[in-house]
Amino acid sequence: MSSATMKVDRREFLKGAAAGATGLVIGFYLPNRLEARAAAAVEAVPFAPNAWIRIGTDDTVTLVIDKSEMGQGVVTSLSMLIVEDLECDWKKIRTVFAPAAKEYANPVFGMQGTGGSTSVRGMWTPLRKAGAQAREMLIAAAAEKWGVDKAVCRAEDSQVIHTQTKERLSYGSLAEAAGKLPVPSDVKLKDPKQFRIVGKEMKRLDSADKTCGRAEFGIDVRQPGMLHAVVARCPVIGGKVASFNAVKAKAVRGVKHAVQISSGVAVVADNTRSAMQGRDALEIKWEEGPNASLTGAAISKMLEEGASKPGGAVARKEGDVTAGFASAAKKIEAVYEAPFLAHATMEPMNCAAHVRANGCDIWAPTQFQTVNQMTAAKIAGLKPEQVNIHTTYLGGGFGRRAEQDFVIEAVEISQAVGVPVQVTWSREDDMQHDFYRPASYSRFEAGLDAEGWPVAWSNRIACPSIMSRFFPGSVKNGLDESSVEGAAELPYAIPNILVDYQLTETGIPVGFWRSVGNSQNAFFSESFVDELAAASGKDPYEFRRRLLQKAPRHLGVLELAATKAGWGEALPAGRYRGIAVLSSFGSYVAEVAEVSVDKKSGQVRVHRVVCAVDCGRTVNPLTIEAQMQSAIVFGLTAALKGAITINKGRVEQGNFDDYQMLRLTEMPKIEVHIVASDQPSSGIGEPGTPPIAPAVCNAIFAATGKRIRRLPIRPENLV
Amino acid sequence: MAIQFTLNGKAQSVDVDPQMPLLWVLRDTLNLTGTKFGCGMALCGACTVHIDGEATRSCITPVSEVAGKKVTTIEGLSADLSHPVQKAWIELDVPQCGYCQSGQIMSAAALLAKKPQPTDAEVDDAMSGNICRCGTYQRIRAAMHRAAQMHAAPTRQKASPEKKAKKPGETAAMTPDEPAAVGAAAGGAE
Repeated sequence: MSSATMKVDRREFLKGAAAGATGLVIGFYLPNRLEARAAAAVEAVPFAPNAWIRIGTDDTVTLVIDKSEMGQGVVTSLSMLIVEDLECDWKKIRTVFAPAAKEYANPVFGMQGTGGSTSVRGMWTPLRKAGAQAREMLIAAAAEKWGVDKAVCRAEDSQVIHTQTKERLSYGSLAEAAGKLPVPSDVKLKDPKQFRIVGKEMKRLDSADKTCGRAEFGIDVRQPGMLHAVVARCPVIGGKVASFNAVKAKAVRGVKHAVQISSGVAVVADNTRSAMQGRDALEIKWEEGPNASLTGAAISKMLEEGASKPGGAVARKEGDVTAGFASAAKKIEAVYEAPFLAHATMEPMNCAAHVRANGCDIWAPTQFQTVNQMTAAKIAGLKPEQVNIHTTYLGGGFGRRAEQDFVIEAVEISQAVGVPVQVTWSREDDMQHDFYRPASYSRFEAGLDAEGWPVAWSNRIACPSIMSRFFPGSVKNGLDESSVEGAAELPYAIPNILVDYQLTETGIPVGFWRSVGNSQNAFFSESFVDELAAASGKDPYEFRRRLLQKAPRHLGVLELAATKAGWGEALPAGRYRGIAVLSSFGSYVAEVAEVSVDKKSGQVRVHRVVCAVDCGRTVNPLTIEAQMQSAIVFGLTAALKGAITINKGRVEQGNFDDYQMLRLTEMPKIEVHIVASDQPSSGIGEPGTPPIAPAVCNAIFAATGKRIRRLPIRPENLV
Repeated sequence: MAIQFTLNGKAQSVDVDPQMPLLWVLRDTLNLTGTKFGCGMALCGACTVHIDGEATRSCITPVSEVAGKKVTTIEGLSADLSHPVQKAWIELDVPQCGYCQSGQIMSAAALLAKKPQPTDAEVDDAMSGNICRCGTYQRIRAAMHRAAQMHAAPTRQKASPEKKAKKPGETAAMTPDEPAAVGAAAGGAE
């Protein structure tokens, strides 16, 4: 989810949900207490001082993870935050995913959900407090047993130690007594100087499950009597079923039902493959709707026209750009474009649901539990507290799993056939019915003074709006902040700046895609800054450096990345460097890409990426390194290969042959350097993505003199 | 008619459409869900299993083709995470979302069984069919080399060389070095 999402409160969201996302009117509701399943888990252990910690008499510490694990490492990093103050033995912990409940609302959104690189920064204080609360209660229980003051007791490695007698009591042996004590509200958190877990390289807790096939993803859920479903959806985006005939589909071995649901026709069978075969045998007449003749060229024209219209919503205004241009010695103009992109999570969309008269269970790889609960309740005619959300591991999320479509389908199908049903999307379903990263068009003008320093910067962005569907209340005066993030916050010292926005709908649904607006706006802005450096005959690193003198954290990562990359030093023949820097999700990332371009084929090879990141206080360096590598691969894949194109209202790509992913053979060597910091921890899942496209394109300019203004990079344009 | 094959070291019989891809037989008929569906067209490698030791995409392999053969899935690679590839993956913190890793590990294990000391080119060749959307490739490459090291000098990895000799017929790389290991360990099932 985007940074802009975080500014949206729940009231605004609910207005949005009512009008848009699910097409449903969802009442204002959040459950007041832990639902039944969580309550049962609490009863099973003697000591459950808060929503996140359960300690059994056998010394087992169960930590409840209330964020969705989609690879970004929250199972490990959130556990680290709890264990640091709980002072328990790292080896004695196990983790479970939280049910949907008010206690687990993301403090940044006010609802239970994972996105916007908020997990660690949102949970830093609540989880450390939770750990400290439990620790203090265990210490109090031990002090009572020994009949001494708490001050002579301390906790270490799942034991309370009597500092005078050196006696020890295990957490397990204290659990029952601690469970009877009042929960302290005011607890002292550890001084960071005493940290023994936070900041250390801790191995992931989920690696074992993920190397033996035991980790349960949504698609792996198996319930007694469960049937498998696939859905035939209109190939034209926005189209609907006019009529259908399922006689042949029902004749397929294993097929049990064919039912119409809101998104199409569901075929339900005793295995996925039979359901797929049944779907192939369906005869459906589609009402193709308003997009039936929509083409990519028409969409480009809409965006171009949007960016040509004056009077856009002002995202940032400083000084007077008109006066700035009047004073400029030189004017530079450029137009940039970015395509729609699919999320292409490795685990295709899926969900299992069991709707009953008095309740509903949902098993889902989901990023947005609160809304899943509300959505399912509305469809099934239940109260939200009657809907249990079982969050599984997510085989990738990247924002796609903040949507509700896969949950709606599972609930509707289960309701129709009366048994547990798992709906599975094929790769083609997933790619052709996504909520895409918005295609975007960005028009720049800049004025340079006689020395080549920028005195005016004007940037108009036209793109479809994610928020006007997802959180309409957040779009004020035509401004969707997620559309301009990464552009409006231009950090360079330029006296006159105007960034404005023309909300331009295209008929193609758009959604949150790892780093959201930053993903395209960093490419636009950081490429255009490079154009200015080139126009003024200055080194692109030195040019940025001078203009970032008042932006210390940007400057810090820029200098670190450049130094570690050996900026200015000789490279092997044929290799060139490009640099880019951006702040997003509270963190600062600079990347230097080393690139070569084959003279004959125009093929681009990225050999090495040096990344510097300032994400405040480090929680787990291994996770930071992994997330930077991951985010860079994500952005590089898009820059080199990614485009979803539209013809006759249909997505033209369907699988990994025509929507390609970076593979091991194309992997650059990525070096990650972390800035030491005692600032609050900030986002790490997304901020590595935005700078890579401009870093690579800037290196291509250094190599070829050709400026890439439209993604993806096309080798044929480089020969 | 029922189709018979060996699955993770045990006799298995299934009565399904012979054209049903092995992937769906494993996942839906036998509820062995470690093998993943990613593309259905052998483009991503998430569904990789071993058929008579060969890394094979189960999503395009009709179950009739494995009749009489030995199929090993991620669940059968070892009983206790003792396969060198699994150990290296855990040691180097490879998985992120983890969805593709069953396929990555099965591709890696098949390569190491044939080429105990693979070159970078051989790694590229064996692993380029497996997509990882999380971009774990750098750690995958490092873990391949680590697994090869464990294969080359297993006794240096664990200070209990006496356990090594218990199954002299097996290759070192395929010998579990944890006492709890049982016959379903890698190699045993192949």
